[in-house]
Amino acid sequence: MFPYVIKRVLSSVPVMIVVAIVVFAILRLTPGDPAAVLAGNDATGEQLDRIRESMGLDQPLLVQLVTWFRQLLSGDLGESLLSGIPVTRMIGERLAPTLSLAVGTMGVTILLAIPMGIVAARKPGGVLDRAVMSFSVLGFSIPIFVTGYVLIYLLALRFGWLPVQGYRPMSDGLWAYAERLIMPIMALSGVYIALVARITRSSIIEVMGEDFIRTARSKGAPERRILMRHALRNAAVPIVTVLGIGVASLITGVVVTESVFNLPGLGRLVVEAVLARDYPVIQGLILLFSFTYILINLVVDILYTVFDPRIRY
Amino acid sequence: MKIPMKTSKFRGLALATAAAGLVLTGMSPADAETLRVVMQSGLRNTDPTVTTAFITRDHGYMIYDTLLGLDSDFNVQPQMADWEVSDDGKTYVFTLRDGLEWHDGAPVTAEDCVASINRWASVDGTGMPLMTMVESIEVIDDTSFRVVLTTPTSLLLAGLSKMSSRPAFMMPKRVADLPASEPLTDYVGSGPFKFVADEFQPGLKVAYVKNEDYVPRDEPASWTAGGKVVNVDRVEWLAMPDSMTAVNALQNDEVDFIQQVPFDLLPLVENADDIEVEILDPLGAWTYFRMNHLYPPFDNKLVRQAAIAATDQNDVLQALVGNPDYYQTCAAVMGCGNVNGDEYGKEWVVNGDLEKAKALLAESGYDGTPVVIMAPTDLAMAAPQPIVIGDALRKAGFNVEMRMMDWQTLATQQGNQAAPSEGGWNIFSTYSILATSGDPFGNTPLSTDGRKSWAGWPDVPEISALRLDYAKAATAEEQKEIAKKIQKLAIDEGVVGPLGQFKIPAAYNTQWSGFLEAPITLFWNVSKSEG
Repeated sequence: MFPYVIKRVLSSVPVMIVVAIVVFAILRLTPGDPAAVLAGNDATGEQLDRIRESMGLDQPLLVQLVTWFRQLLSGDLGESLLSGIPVTRMIGERLAPTLSLAVGTMGVTILLAIPMGIVAARKPGGVLDRAVMSFSVLGFSIPIFVTGYVLIYLLALRFGWLPVQGYRPMSDGLWAYAERLIMPIMALSGVYIALVARITRSSIIEVMGEDFIRTARSKGAPERRILMRHALRNAAVPIVTVLGIGVASLITGVVVTESVFNLPGLGRLVVEAVLARDYPVIQGLILLFSFTYILINLVVDILYTVFDPRIRY
Repeated sequence: MKIPMKTSKFRGLALATAAAGLVLTGMSPADAETLRVVMQSGLRNTDPTVTTAFITRDHGYMIYDTLLGLDSDFNVQPQMADWEVSDDGKTYVFTLRDGLEWHDGAPVTAEDCVASINRWASVDGTGMPLMTMVESIEVIDDTSFRVVLTTPTSLLLAGLSKMSSRPAFMMPKRVADLPASEPLTDYVGSGPFKFVADEFQPGLKVAYVKNEDYVPRDEPASWTAGGKVVNVDRVEWLAMPDSMTAVNALQNDEVDFIQQVPFDLLPLVENADDIEVEILDPLGAWTYFRMNHLYPPFDNKLVRQAAIAATDQNDVLQALVGNPDYYQTCAAVMGCGNVNGDEYGKEWVVNGDLEKAKALLAESGYDGTPVVIMAPTDLAMAAPQPIVIGDALRKAGFNVEMRMMDWQTLATQQGNQAAPSEGGWNIFSTYSILATSGDPFGNTPLSTDGRKSWAGWPDVPEISALRLDYAKAATAEEQKEIAKKIQKLAIDEGVVGPLGQFKIPAAYNTQWSGFLEAPITLFWNVSKSEG
């Protein structure tokens, strides 16, 4: 296993290099000019030229690429063209809200969706199954911003239980940290609960038809044990796959949720950077996102071997 | 009100003790007397000389001070400095008032101010022409400097008291010596607030604390003139990408002030008991469209006139604002309500005249060349105009091609001098505040020096000459007469298509008061009621 992990980590390096070059090229080929964003609406062409020069954007693309790669090799993602603040600092400040939202959402999803899927799979077509599937349809159908505004109206404006918006670090106190995450997690987890509950249900139903389940039943194993020990473990691979994709998409950007609840996460940062043509910030974020996907895929692949010993690398 | 230094230092010590107490008790700085504000956008670039972005200008007024201020009667007033002018109007001596200090404790000197003026004038629309009339700027001593002009001009006082689109903020010499193309990273000013650099999160949050050592003037505050008396410990600017969230946060007492409430959300706050909705900018903004004079069809004056005649301001304002309480039609390129506002052409500029437009188009020999209109989709204050203009132009007989894009792409593309068929454009629309559009130098669209001027590149030497005459005019009456001539030329030559004026209301919690009525949002004078 260990050599496999090392091999996978090393193989991610050329992937990251290709991503870096492609992102660099795409940004320079798309319309937009950070100098124009910086200077504002009234700038003349001459002023823009001077700003481009100070940003190094007047240099040939190859020179800019080499300069950036040199920075990367020394662990430096560069500085924002607009604020002059290091990209690593900007990403670092936005990471905690995003990770909090991702972990919270996935935690709630796992706690609720898997039991819901199991309950639904026990008697397909039964009352509980229909109830869970109805919830899933709702979870998929209602846009997150609608759920968000309804939650804000009820829990913040109507009853005054929770704040409308914002983020406080854990160092400000556990409740101050948690109370601002409850509504975003509730709004966001609806979709993921719907997805994972459906996957859990269908995977378990499929596994329950397998020969080894029949064997277990004929041996007199209790239904609960069959479901939890035999069926769920064998149904875990697709569930883990979906959870992995979910974690990755939560980290790489849930812009609507972050906007509705004014969470200063990575999703907003990437949108702001793209709109402002802040090249170093966009490049740094895309590299981070690529690395996140590679890492999560690796973790998911390793988890496959835990749930299904037949899988070996 | 002047705060005695001893009291000021005592208060500083008390505040420091209080701050330490907050840390020990686990309270955040937000629990101190903090004014929590939602500005119209997030602050990213902190250099008010490099950019003309309003948010950066507002940031400038927090931490920097200006030599001169402008009061609500448009009179130039002393702020950091007073001045004396020679009988021939060519020599000005500026003298700094007592008690001025940079945030690092160093005294403000005349040398700092001269360096700041030079940096500002190297890029500013008023500063650049001013410098062509300056013979010398020399430091006399630590607290005074002399400006010698080659010819008397109003531009010197107008420039140094300019409120927007690059106010002349004073900075320490070491900061001001940086070229105006390089954003500064040293945030030391001498203004009424200090920037908390450690808490700055670009695009998200900016925090300012009261500058305890700031000595305000004795006169009452009026626009950027008068005493900048700070009554809060701290001001936090929070950026919220969703206006609905900002309004919800105001209703839930999580923020105290929203700089701009979108017109469609006004019903949510207008009738709330503890929220005041107020128009703080008495002049407001004007919106207009610009045509590209370099390429057909708008290289033809008659076609430009046809486009202006085709567009009805009422339609634009209805789409943009909706509520007539907040908008008014106006043909004046220097703004109705401003001293120089003249409405020549009103009869066909304001309500449009489709028949006149069709006639002009026929007379021009327009051959159906497509008109590329850049239309931003993500900026509420600039999105509706191109759609209405496009519709009006089609009705008049233009062949219109809408090009949808985000605002930042538009901001980049507007400087593109390529032909419309090769990625350039024919029309875009934007808006500016009226406070800085009232004279031919602050008014960006009135730069008419061809390819060297602002986007659209009109080449109207008569206007350029009149602008110089304006700068040299001896009296306000003379300036007004020149402004009238500029208005006539601007409309007849189709330099700019006025689309009307509007005012954006602010909203705040009623436990706060003292927000100054001014064209820019200022946070001195504001206080929280005891209850």
